[in-house]
Amino acid sequence: MSRLVAASRRDIEAQPYPLIVFILVPVLALGLQSFVALHFERFDILDLPLLVTIYFAITRRDPIAGTITGCVIGIAQDALTRQPLGIFGICKSIIGYLAASLGVRIDTENHGTRALLTFGFVFLHSGMYWLLVRRLLAQPYAWSWIHELIRALINTVVGVILFALLDLAKRKEY
Amino acid sequence: MDSFFSRYKNALVLIVVLLAQVIGVAIQVRRPLPKEHAQPDAGGIRLIRYWAISLVSPPERLVHWLGASILGVWDNYLDLIHVRQQNRDLQAEIQRIRIEEGGIVEDARQGQRLQQLLAFKEKYVYQTVPAQVIGTSGTEQSRILSINKGSKDGVSVDMPVITPDGIVGRIREVFPHTSQVLEITDPTSGAGIILADTRIRGILRGNALGQPQVVNVMPDERIKTGERVVTSGGDQIFPRGLAVGVVDRVVTDPDHDPLVDVLIHPAANLSQLEEVLVITNMGDEVTPKQKLDMIQSEAAADTEQLKASEVLAERLPSRIDPDAPKTDDQNSDDSADAEGEGIARPMRPPSALHPDRFTPNTTPAAASLTPGARLAPQSEGSGTTKAGVAKPHAAVSTSSSSDSGDNGDATETAAAAAKKKGPELVPDDGSRPPSTMAVHPTGPSATASSHAETTATAPVHAPMAILPATSSHGTATATGGTASSTTQPHATPTAGGGTASASKPVAGSSSTPGGATTRAATTAGNGITSPSGAGTTAVRAANPRPATVSGENGTTSEVKTKVIVDGPLPAGAKKTTPPASTGTPSPQTQHAPAAPTAQKKGPELVPDDGSRPPPTMQQKPKPQPQQTTPAQPQPQGGR
Repeated sequence: MSRLVAASRRDIEAQPYPLIVFILVPVLALGLQSFVALHFERFDILDLPLLVTIYFAITRRDPIAGTITGCVIGIAQDALTRQPLGIFGICKSIIGYLAASLGVRIDTENHGTRALLTFGFVFLHSGMYWLLVRRLLAQPYAWSWIHELIRALINTVVGVILFALLDLAKRKEY
Repeated sequence: MDSFFSRYKNALVLIVVLLAQVIGVAIQVRRPLPKEHAQPDAGGIRLIRYWAISLVSPPERLVHWLGASILGVWDNYLDLIHVRQQNRDLQAEIQRIRIEEGGIVEDARQGQRLQQLLAFKEKYVYQTVPAQVIGTSGTEQSRILSINKGSKDGVSVDMPVITPDGIVGRIREVFPHTSQVLEITDPTSGAGIILADTRIRGILRGNALGQPQVVNVMPDERIKTGERVVTSGGDQIFPRGLAVGVVDRVVTDPDHDPLVDVLIHPAANLSQLEEVLVITNMGDEVTPKQKLDMIQSEAAADTEQLKASEVLAERLPSRIDPDAPKTDDQNSDDSADAEGEGIARPMRPPSALHPDRFTPNTTPAAASLTPGARLAPQSEGSGTTKAGVAKPHAAVSTSSSSDSGDNGDATETAAAAAKKKGPELVPDDGSRPPSTMAVHPTGPSATASSHAETTATAPVHAPMAILPATSSHGTATATGGTASSTTQPHATPTAGGGTASASKPVAGSSSTPGGATTRAATTAGNGITSPSGAGTTAVRAANPRPATVSGENGTTSEVKTKVIVDGPLPAGAKKTTPPASTGTPSPQTQHAPAAPTAQKKGPELVPDDGSRPPPTMQQKPKPQPQQTTPAQPQPQGGR
């Protein structure tokens, strides 16, 4: 339990990143999501923008920044789809806020914690998306528990690996 | 107050952001605008999308260009294995397609003519813009493609996007250099389709799982898996007749029971699209360029048709045996036409390679026959017929187009003609084919000469009646002509040395191919006279044909003739079996003095077995003189 809570001042500080990383990584995530899914049909089960949103939120530990980051990335993702702008924006704004809020309270450097958070946030994202699409927009959306669980698991695995790679871009503090 | 905002600023920011986005979504999902304002998004939303596309597209274009370059180098310069074989296969395929093109063009022309007749407005695909797919939406819920062609390339909203395999979708959003394509698998898409076999129309949409389906279809057992689905053109977006896919399965629509949804397997591989075609120009009128293309394609198709027919003619086995010896061209149509001075003449069979008694032109010359003489023994129920007593004679009475009343001249003409192309004498053994299978006459000249004992011959092109002349025991039989003219025989056969059989055509039956009307009288046997039309006479049953017939070439053939006799056979003639022919060529065996010979070689008399024509066609025989003068009605015979 001690590993899950912020034990030191250093753990709750926002992790500094170069600005270029904040700009480039979301764009790269959107581009990869759009391009790879063209050649690998099942690649769309991944949600790289969501993973990027979660990562930046839990590492910066700022709910406002997490909300804004999620909002921007979500709207950019909406722009690539046929649905109204804001569906993914709403979902990712909430995910960013929650991830940042949890990042203040728990240790997000641990891979297990990251995995649990990622699994939960992906599942929550699917639920919110279903709610918005099916109930707010009244559009067809096939909800499958098994599919969503598999989707959450795959995104969790990929997310843990991706988070480890993005940790390399942290600015070193001396 | 400040403490409130500072304390809940995070939540307040979240609420503000969510509220703004909800309001934005609410604005975007308003009811669709009319067609003239058919912009899927408002200006601000469109700007955001444009920014996002502009942000994502350059890397995608770069990656796509790099990948295409690498693949191009590999495909065009390295991976050239089996290219020659593929080239040969493709050449063969092109030749096959060219052959098929002729027929297809004919069908297309016919279809266009019919459409013009019906004033049917058909939209044709005039111009397409090829585009490369550079991205997708990246989500499962939105079936959107990004292509590298935009408004600068002439692309606009709602243009159909297709591949050679089938339709893909329609343009949803257009930017200067990119466009978004809404696939047919998207739930918000729609396309008018028709099932190719059952002709059931419907609306194609994507379901939640990303599979296209025809929604709200009445249950129909005729819908089978694998049935082709094509566009119907009713959506005013896709041209009619483009391939959509095939029926995958039929499922019940849970929301609209008892309606069903027909799941479609798309024809185009939507999961791995690389190049697509955007139809940028459609219309219902053929442009001059299209007309020119059609004319050129038709000309090319005609040329290909000729080539194809030549190829087929070379490959198919010829019906003409090149090794066969040359036949006499006297009977050829060319010569007939040349002689006829433009008069259409019936076709004539070629000369036989091995002439026999059935071969035309082997009939004895009419000049060598004695009018009124019997050609074969006659039998009569009363026993007055003296079988084999008289040598068969043929008295030809001719009244042809050149009938001058001079019977002698006519006979000579006929005889001379028969000498050339006279028909042969054929006994009726019951195996004679119907008149529809008869051989063609040998020309107008033979028409006159064939009034003597000939088989029923019917030229194909000449409407004529085949007049029967059966004169055994006064029995007249009729065989129908081939030219649908019913022959009603009015036979007046005369038995006992004066049997005369006269048949009268009813329906223009005596019209020769040359237009001349021929009335002939055939004297068969012992004075059997049978006028006939078209110069042909069918002699059935008691065909008085000598046992030995000498052909023009001196060949002799033996004929065993059976004479059907009503009633008891005459004592003297009962079971008279002609002796075998000596085989000596004797052109004069048909003359009267040769009666003993004819008696020896006369036909066999057989009792009537009931196979003869019904009695309704029988006529009472009338006595007739032994000799019948052509065209001179005899006081006792004839008619």
